[in-house]
Amino acid sequence: MQWISRQSYFLDYALSSLLRRKWKNFSLIFIYGLIIFMISSVLFFSEAIRKEAEFILEDAPPMIVQRILAGRHELIPETYMTQIQEIRGIYKVTPRLWGYYYHPASKANYTIMVGNNGPQNDDEITIGNGVLRTWGTISDNQLFFKAYDGETIVLNITDTLDASAELVSSDLILVSESTFRRLFGVPEGFSTDFEVHIRNLSECPVIADKIVRILPDTRPILKEEIERTYASLFDWRSGYIIVLLSGAVLAFFIFAWDKATGLSAEEKAEIGILKALGWDTSDILLLKFWEGIAICFTAFVPAVIGAYIHIFLASAPLFEHALKGWSILYPEFQLNPHINAYQLGVVFALTVLPYTLITIIPAWRVSTTDPDTVMRQF
Amino acid sequence: MIELKQITKIFNEGKSNEFTALRDIELTLSPEKLTVFKGPSGSGKTTLLSIIGCMSRPTSGRILMNDREITSLPERFTAEIRRHTFGFIFQNYNLIKGMTVLENTMIPAYPEGPDYQGLKKRALDLLQRLGIDSKTNQKVEYLSGGEQQRAAIARALINNPSCIIADEPTAHLDTDLALALVDIMADFKKEGKTILIASHDPLIFEATAVDRIITLRDGAVIDQGNVS
Repeated sequence: MQWISRQSYFLDYALSSLLRRKWKNFSLIFIYGLIIFMISSVLFFSEAIRKEAEFILEDAPPMIVQRILAGRHELIPETYMTQIQEIRGIYKVTPRLWGYYYHPASKANYTIMVGNNGPQNDDEITIGNGVLRTWGTISDNQLFFKAYDGETIVLNITDTLDASAELVSSDLILVSESTFRRLFGVPEGFSTDFEVHIRNLSECPVIADKIVRILPDTRPILKEEIERTYASLFDWRSGYIIVLLSGAVLAFFIFAWDKATGLSAEEKAEIGILKALGWDTSDILLLKFWEGIAICFTAFVPAVIGAYIHIFLASAPLFEHALKGWSILYPEFQLNPHINAYQLGVVFALTVLPYTLITIIPAWRVSTTDPDTVMRQF
Repeated sequence: MIELKQITKIFNEGKSNEFTALRDIELTLSPEKLTVFKGPSGSGKTTLLSIIGCMSRPTSGRILMNDREITSLPERFTAEIRRHTFGFIFQNYNLIKGMTVLENTMIPAYPEGPDYQGLKKRALDLLQRLGIDSKTNQKVEYLSGGEQQRAAIARALINNPSCIIADEPTAHLDTDLALALVDIMADFKKEGKTILIASHDPLIFEATAVDRIITLRDGAVIDQGNVS
């Protein structure tokens, strides 16, 4: 009980001490909060986007087979399906039709594909939320497309896609097979690629080898390879931002160190008075610890909430281009919140602990001198 | 009983600006007496009080408090002695600006973590006794010199110390306030407290409550005697 009471006295004194130097501490909290906001934003963003990718890949087939011509992805003849299906271990091969459509009015690329749950009629489409937000020329629930040969095709929106995986569904437009072929000029008997379903997933690499041996102009892509690519891509991107931010973080700590080591004459005198009144070094350090904690949390909590709003409600306008895109034309989308204790722990460890330490050291240096010495200097 | 044995204090030892503030001081200070240290500026009064009050350590010599050697005690023990045994009244009051009279009064007790209501009551009683209870919630920078002095006295007494150390307590006070301070000190002496005052103010060392005057010059005791 006495311990709690003692802590509450020190905390009370620490808060009163901070309020007495409110302008100095306000500027410190503002800059500190800004750094925490940036770091949190990067971590929240990269984690959320990684989760989105994981979510998307959950239902992905274990293998995709594409045809490669002169090192580039080419339409694959559906006759290849028969040869692939004959390989032992494969129980289903499904052709896929997908491609990108550039819409000049919205200056964005959209993904168009033929989906299993897509529209049945040729004049109907199902679209993602991002399409609704960005297309810009929707009238009477109709979208106008220009086909490969210049013909205008008018399609009716009949449904929108679930927003739970916006990373993929945001820019997605589902069409019927014949509409797709008419829009892009893909001839009958050809697909974009194949989904290959395998009974025993551990055999995927062996089956991939067999496919390449039978059909040397194909490239099997395993689900785990895509997962690895996504993970390294987002790790690299968030690392890139953190490297850029590290300069700002360093500048902050130099600023904080300067503030902290440059204890004002008034602060030094106050420490001397407290020591003369019977406080010992550990009491002073405890006081400075509480001051540090108060500053950290005053900066930390609003900064983390701000980062949450920035990333999940405002679509990360500050660095979406650096982190999101394969293409700057990629339409806007909103991420679903994914925050865990580990992320918050990382932000805490990167920001709060170093600050608390660097502010305690100068206080310790002053508080270990005799109170008489400290007081005679002023 | 406080005994000082061959106390020497040298500042900036070994440097070009080395300065000997106290030389071989031998003193025995009796409890429940009012002792005044008198001497011109630079004679070593403040240094001697800070060594007695465990605020600084002598360069050589020993201090015994009730026959217990305290010279080489670790810092946390000397802090405890400062907190429990001594109450300090500084020349410039050294109140903490931006805090109220009540908060300033309670500060020395914080490391003990006492019950808040009990501490507050103790502080209010002291402020009432010293006649500044009407200023309890006022920030100290808005008080007059005399009021600040009283707030500093209340703070010195909050832990109920057995010894009060005052360094030039009348330096910033007019005659009436200085006399009032002497009366307050006399009252504390009657209550059994030991009072040690450094001053070159005749109002202090001519006061009837004074039991002993110790005269210092150039860091040495040149005269000490009981006042009849």
